Amino acid sequence: MPQASSGVASDSKVLTCAAVWRMPKELEPGSHESPDDSSSTAHTLELLCHLDNTAHGSMACVAWEPTGDGKKVISLADNHILLWDLQESSSQAVLASSASLEGKGQLKFTSGRWSPHHNCTQVATANDTAVRGWDTRSMSQIYCIENAHGQLVRDLDFNPNKQYYLASCGDDCKVKFWDTRNVTEPVKTLEEHSHWVWSVRYNHSHDQLVLTGSSDSRVILSNMVSISSEPFGHLVDDDDLSDQEERRPEEKSQEPPQDSVIATYEEHEDSVYAVDWSSADPWLFASLSYDGRLVINRVPRALKYHILL
Amino acid sequence: MAAAAAGPGPGSGPGDSPEGPEAEAPERRRKAHGMLKLYYGLSEGEAAGRPAGPDPLDPTDLNGAHFDPEVYLDKLRRECPLAQLMDSETDMVRQIRALDSDMQTLVYENYNKFISATDTIRKMKNDFRKMEDEMDRLATNMAVITDFSARISATLQDRHERITKLAGVHALLRKLQFLFELPSRLTKCVELGAYGQAVRYQGRARAVLQQYQHLPSFRAIQDDCQVITARLAQQLRQRFREGGSGAPEQAECVELLLALGEPAEELCEEFLAHARGRLEEELRSLEAELGPSPPAPDVLEFTDRGGSGFVGGLCQVAAAYQELFAAQGPAGAERLAAFARELGGRYFALVERRLAQEQGGGDNSLLVRALDRFHRRLRAPGALLAAAGLAEAATEIVERVARERLGHHLQGLRAAFLGCLTDVRQALAAPRLAGKEGPGLAELLANVASSILSHIKASLAAVHLFTAKEVSFSNKPYFRGEFCSQGVREGLIVGFIRSMCQTAQSFCDSPGEKGGATPPALLLLLSRLCLDYETATISYVLTLTDEQFLVQDQSPVTPVSTLCAEARETARRLLTHYVKVQGLVISQMLRKSVETRDWLSTLEPRNVRAVMKRVVEDTTAIDVQVGLLYEEGVRKAQSSDSSKRTFSVYSSSRQQGRYAPSYTPSAPMDTNLLSNIQKLFSERIDVFSPVEFNKVSVLTGIIKISLKTLLECVRLRTFGRFGLQQVQVDCHFLQLYLWRFVADEELVHLLLDEVVASAALRCPDPVPMEPSVVEVICERG
Repeated sequence: MPQASSGVASDSKVLTCAAVWRMPKELEPGSHESPDDSSSTAHTLELLCHLDNTAHGSMACVAWEPTGDGKKVISLADNHILLWDLQESSSQAVLASSASLEGKGQLKFTSGRWSPHHNCTQVATANDTAVRGWDTRSMSQIYCIENAHGQLVRDLDFNPNKQYYLASCGDDCKVKFWDTRNVTEPVKTLEEHSHWVWSVRYNHSHDQLVLTGSSDSRVILSNMVSISSEPFGHLVDDDDLSDQEERRPEEKSQEPPQDSVIATYEEHEDSVYAVDWSSADPWLFASLSYDGRLVINRVPRALKYHILL
Repeated sequence: MAAAAAGPGPGSGPGDSPEGPEAEAPERRRKAHGMLKLYYGLSEGEAAGRPAGPDPLDPTDLNGAHFDPEVYLDKLRRECPLAQLMDSETDMVRQIRALDSDMQTLVYENYNKFISATDTIRKMKNDFRKMEDEMDRLATNMAVITDFSARISATLQDRHERITKLAGVHALLRKLQFLFELPSRLTKCVELGAYGQAVRYQGRARAVLQQYQHLPSFRAIQDDCQVITARLAQQLRQRFREGGSGAPEQAECVELLLALGEPAEELCEEFLAHARGRLEEELRSLEAELGPSPPAPDVLEFTDRGGSGFVGGLCQVAAAYQELFAAQGPAGAERLAAFARELGGRYFALVERRLAQEQGGGDNSLLVRALDRFHRRLRAPGALLAAAGLAEAATEIVERVARERLGHHLQGLRAAFLGCLTDVRQALAAPRLAGKEGPGLAELLANVASSILSHIKASLAAVHLFTAKEVSFSNKPYFRGEFCSQGVREGLIVGFIRSMCQTAQSFCDSPGEKGGATPPALLLLLSRLCLDYETATISYVLTLTDEQFLVQDQSPVTPVSTLCAEARETARRLLTHYVKVQGLVISQMLRKSVETRDWLSTLEPRNVRAVMKRVVEDTTAIDVQVGLLYEEGVRKAQSSDSSKRTFSVYSSSRQQGRYAPSYTPSAPMDTNLLSNIQKLFSERIDVFSPVEFNKVSVLTGIIKISLKTLLECVRLRTFGRFGLQQVQVDCHFLQLYLWRFVADEELVHLLLDEVVASAALRCPDPVPMEPSVVEVICERG
């Protein structure tokens, strides 16, 4: 499976580039019967092609089309948003369409995400304090959240189950949840970190679980029940199916449907720059910090059963 | 005498044999004695000359009234041994003898008296015989007199009857004459306007005429009278309707009409209708006063006029009505009450409109006096017409006004506070234009605090008027309890302090979005203000309130500690926000400087970059600003030569141990290892941590935020060799000047070390500058 990644080319000038790589066969999901011992040896990636960005400036972000045949990649370079088409089994990247952000001053995209909803026609980008939505068919702006954060917006993520919900985080130490149909006010704001929040991720299947990583070296796992796609309905269904006697304890456990911080992970000694969920196991997540430490954690067992049962 | 005899008397019996004939004698004698004693009004006990025995009914008591010889003997025989029996027998015999001799002596002594008594009785018998004869003679004489008297009255009988008849005829004739003259008299009276007299005549004749109306002559008179009376009634009604003459005259009219037998119900209606007309007139004039034209008389004058005009009139009407139609019973009273309620309601509505005009501002004392008059005035009709509930309604109005007044004062206080804030903003903005740094923040703070306090005091004094002793409504339960505790203390003072805190806190919300407009100095000043409130002002103000308004109410009030905690929380939030805002200003400066520069192609550093100097300058300015309002605070103990030690971080020894290895690409793992080990022993830096109320803590917070920003920005860039060296120079410069502001200089070391180390990691050609050169550059710059 190919991967997009960014790299540095050093010259008299620094330019961030992007390329498409192929992950070694042994690591592909299908072949996990590979012997344990061999996994210790480092595998090398196979370079497929470069995304040529010399005309557009430094790459800030690359994103695959969430579903489909893996032929489309979006990349953000300075103030340009570029849509690439991979051809000839990904050996060549052709710029399909592009758009650029015009405005006062030097505008630069910092981050972007490709929405899994609406048949993958929407992309959200962040520049400075604003969050913008784009339609990839026309490459035009569809919404804009001005001043989404007090300072720079660092990361975005779409709720995988609710099509209009979007999470953003930034230098004002906050994580905000937006409904893109109403961009004047955030739906919810979290203020748990004590420094810039660099990364925010929804759990792929249980979207009340939200993971954030910050340069205060903490990773925080929050339970956003009130705005998730399965706030209480999931439990109510169970209730209806269960017997009368079982209903009471169910209702009791259902009583506090409040948003809360589930856990704060302080294993990192330096700023945490990336967090993400495992694509295989919904209860597993990893975080990466400046000092090169990768920490893998599990959702607490009690919570897992609470969500499942 | 009797007493002497009583004691031994009964005792004579038991001495002899119980069966003896003498056994009954003492019994009889005792009875006689008893009767004598009764006659002389002596009780037996007293007569016996001894204290009442343990039990007067005891049959074994020799001297008792119920002495039973048998029982006594039985008892003696049963209880006493022989010797004692013998003794008591001799004792008894001796006593009997003594009694016998005593008796004889008594008989001798009283013998002469018996004889003289017998003589007297004999003489009385003779005298009565003579008197009987004289009585007989008197009886015969009386019979003769009776005889004569009967004869005389028989002779006079005739004439007496005739005289009586003549007298009757005379009276009848006088009445008849009155009747015949009645029409003319009535006419005359009506002409003269002496309605009262006419009504009295008519009243006197009415019954007679009624009785004899079957006689034609009387019939004629009656008809005449009725005509005249009708005219009279008509005239009276006319006068009544004209109504111009005041309430007393109307009342007189009604009284006369009532006497003429007019239907009370109708009169009652009419009376009330007239009264209504007059009172409505009053109301209209009142309404005209508060009409749309602004020059209304002051509220005191208004209530005075209302009080004397309307309320006085209502009182008169009510009094007259109750006097006239007392016979109407509860239905009449109810009608009056409804009448009063309706008009009173309209009056109240007018008063409320007038008072509402007063709410805008104006003089509290005048308002209180007006309310006092209003309330006092309405007590009279309130007493007269308890059912109409006027006094209660008046009290309610006064309470409502008092409440509104409190709300008004609260608004006033808030406005004053906001005004103070505006003044402060202006004061903060003005000197900056003149180029003067750090306007007298302490002075501004003192001004704000004193102005708010004086406003609070003024408000308290103003509302205190409501509870003054001489004000008639101050002893109502509302003003004694709820007004003081819930209204003044909770509503006004606590409400104001809370709203002050909220206003202040609102500056903290939405930082960077709207809060950017708030000058940081204002945040600092507000924070200090809240802190001062927490330490002293709140408790002072509340004590003042409690003293002025002796709060008797038991309802729960907000304790001082809660308010203090709120104020402290507000102060803390404001200060934290201040730190964030100032930190943000400096971090933006640093970020721009790092992001906009091309670090790869930079030249060899010759100077400290201007932005670093600016950072130090700004930090110094903030230090001065905070120092104006907050105390110094505690630092960690420092060595005497801090600057040297700071410098030592960059000296060769440290440098070797620290990041020299990282420049050799051969050992990239060591860097991480070393830096991780280093971090294991240093505490985690909480960048946006809560601040304490002192200068050092505030500055530490700001510097932490700024340096952390620098660190994060450096990590995002790529540096050439000279770029790294420039960072090195900059950091050393910061080190030289920033350590003195913070609580723990180690923190600055750590962060700056981290900055340089990160820059080194982001440098493809990491060749650090010689520490001595760095030092020279920094000292020059």
